[in-house]
Amino acid sequence: MIRDHFRVLTINLSSGRSTIVEVAGRNEVAGGSGLAALLFNKYGHMEKPWDDPEQPLIFAIGPLTGYFPLMSKTVCAFKSPYHNQYAESHAGGRSALAIRFADLDAIVITGKAAKPVSIFLGSRHIEIKEVHYLWGMDVYATGKYLRHMFRGSGHRSILRIGPAGEHGSAMAGINADTYRHFGRLGGGAVMGVKNLKGIAIQGDATFLLPDNKDYPKIFEEVHKQLTDTDMMSKYHDLGTPINVIPLNKLKALPVRNLQQTSDPDIAGISGEKFAEVALLRNNACAGCPVGCIHIGFVRERFAKENRYLYRQVAYDHEPIFATGSMLGVLDCFRVLDIIDVVERMGLDVMSSGVALAWATEALEKGIISEKETIIPLKFGDAEGYKEAMIHLAMGTNEFYQTLTKGTMVAAERYNGKDFACVLGQEMAGYATGEAFFTSQALGFRHSHLDSAGYSYDQKTEEKDAAKAADFLIKDEQGRVFLTSMLACLFARGVYSDELLGKCLNSVGYTDLAGSIADVSRHIQKLRWRTRVSTGFDPRSVSIPKRFTEIVTWKGTIDTEYLQSLKDEYSKRIIELSAEDDKKPEGKT
Amino acid sequence: MKILTTPRMERCIGCHSCSLACARLVHKRLSWDTAGIRIRTSGGLSTGFEARTCLACDPAPCAEACPTGAYSQRKGGGVVVRKKLCIRCGECAKACPVDAIYLDTTVEPFVCIHCSRCVKYCPHDCLEMKKVVTEDEAAEKEEEVQS
Repeated sequence: MIRDHFRVLTINLSSGRSTIVEVAGRNEVAGGSGLAALLFNKYGHMEKPWDDPEQPLIFAIGPLTGYFPLMSKTVCAFKSPYHNQYAESHAGGRSALAIRFADLDAIVITGKAAKPVSIFLGSRHIEIKEVHYLWGMDVYATGKYLRHMFRGSGHRSILRIGPAGEHGSAMAGINADTYRHFGRLGGGAVMGVKNLKGIAIQGDATFLLPDNKDYPKIFEEVHKQLTDTDMMSKYHDLGTPINVIPLNKLKALPVRNLQQTSDPDIAGISGEKFAEVALLRNNACAGCPVGCIHIGFVRERFAKENRYLYRQVAYDHEPIFATGSMLGVLDCFRVLDIIDVVERMGLDVMSSGVALAWATEALEKGIISEKETIIPLKFGDAEGYKEAMIHLAMGTNEFYQTLTKGTMVAAERYNGKDFACVLGQEMAGYATGEAFFTSQALGFRHSHLDSAGYSYDQKTEEKDAAKAADFLIKDEQGRVFLTSMLACLFARGVYSDELLGKCLNSVGYTDLAGSIADVSRHIQKLRWRTRVSTGFDPRSVSIPKRFTEIVTWKGTIDTEYLQSLKDEYSKRIIELSAEDDKKPEGKT
Repeated sequence: MKILTTPRMERCIGCHSCSLACARLVHKRLSWDTAGIRIRTSGGLSTGFEARTCLACDPAPCAEACPTGAYSQRKGGGVVVRKKLCIRCGECAKACPVDAIYLDTTVEPFVCIHCSRCVKYCPHDCLEMKKVVTEDEAAEKEEEVQS
């Protein structure tokens, strides 16, 4: 639905009441990331802790969601249990289209239910249902029950948490439609602390299309670019695991808690290997013909006789790095075994894999003992890691309760900071060098997707901190507009500002189309200002020693350059967040 | 005559491109409901996808159930739709044995008209227009053979 404001559903779980609120600001913040920040400023509390019942859990979509292909993601925003600051986490699946067809631009959930509940909503209904009997269930079982309880098969999205979210783990994600996740920074714990086990969103509204000749024409242009060119083939073919072998060759793949950056036996977990022996089928986010979701299988013999069960497990580069190379597990089926447990527990796979990699090295070094780890963690031992993942989700003992708050929290407590692979949060699967380490450590989401630092490392030999910081800031600005449209970032090569302008114009957002640069800058500042208001100081972020000890294809890390880039990027972030910010004036 | 068939639904990835294309191009709507083909899971995303679409019955129970002639028998199967004649009674949807007709909130029915516009949007070639021999064509052919 095209409108000059945002239509926001607010749900207060304490009172059980809901309201539809019309929020102004379409031409200033566009939607998605911008809208989430706007709503956090409206409903959030900068000073109160993340688990205060009044803190909001926000889901927002963009102005083009559903209108164009790959406008298929949802942003989830909250005050994070990981760092007690404002945070965003993004997911595909069906939630974006479901929210669009529920005739909403955003959902804001505040309060805390007295007992475990699930929310079921659509364009013409809302229900908060008590589900105390689902508490304690894993993500798969919860999904199955919610599917039976709420109507709308195929045209709904089911978001839910597992035991990790219920136990308040800062590594708990929100599972979106089985194979996608709002994984990072602890959104699952925010649901858990609200006693919110699941959210089923039914997309049951229909809208008339813009009555002009441009929209169908632009749609065809976009669709053709996204499906006819080779640009998307890597996502469609092997998917993101195509990165494993090239990164290994570059000596830029984190292996065994980043003690190495390559391994001669990496072929066992390459994208090619997964495709050859473990790929069962593909799936797509609703509204995306690319279908980048790769689903493998776990086959388990459960009786002495030939009795087997199987489960389907999605894989990508990041889960493979986090539970594979980082843990020294170099067999694709064993990697899927670990991911399967992570999925059921409702943990974020990157955070939990990297956390256990640190715990393994800490055990090797004798900093901690089996008294802490319970399991004799050993690089390569998938069975041990499967059990340890359950301990991490459940917070079985004091050690796991500490580790699940963040690897650095445990490293500080048990004294192993030097080799904690933490860049703002547990590292992503790229050890490409100074620009990436800086961009993840200081980036807004502490994600490899905040800006293309990993690409900058590969393309640039020059060590000029000012130039690199310019790149990171500029690249972030472009990406922040895409994440406000809520385009999948895989489509960033197609959705240029020019094309986005045409798309926005064709559906009637002419003001927004005419002010993309101003709006991007405004959103970028708003997000940083919000983050800083909740306590973020980029100058306080440190990059652990381990990142300076590695050797990549470029040789050793230049610690001086790393420090100067970190200082420069910190300075830019502080300037951005403090800059006077005039609201953009749309061109008419 | 050709009809829309869904012979390769095992390949479906659930992108809904077909439904969105039908709603966009045929019905001028943004929707995954008001479309002649709709995708749903067989019981959760781990079980694959099914298409809800007209099987091109001949005779079509929905046409027989329609009291106003808004739905009439299409040669080769399925129905010819005359929206102006529809009184939104919903009898067509009730009569359809495979749930191929979607009723919106105003009880306006949406059914596949076998126009083929969705086919090219399927990235995995799940859909196919299939030539069917109508009774008239069959009779003509028989005459040709006999002569």
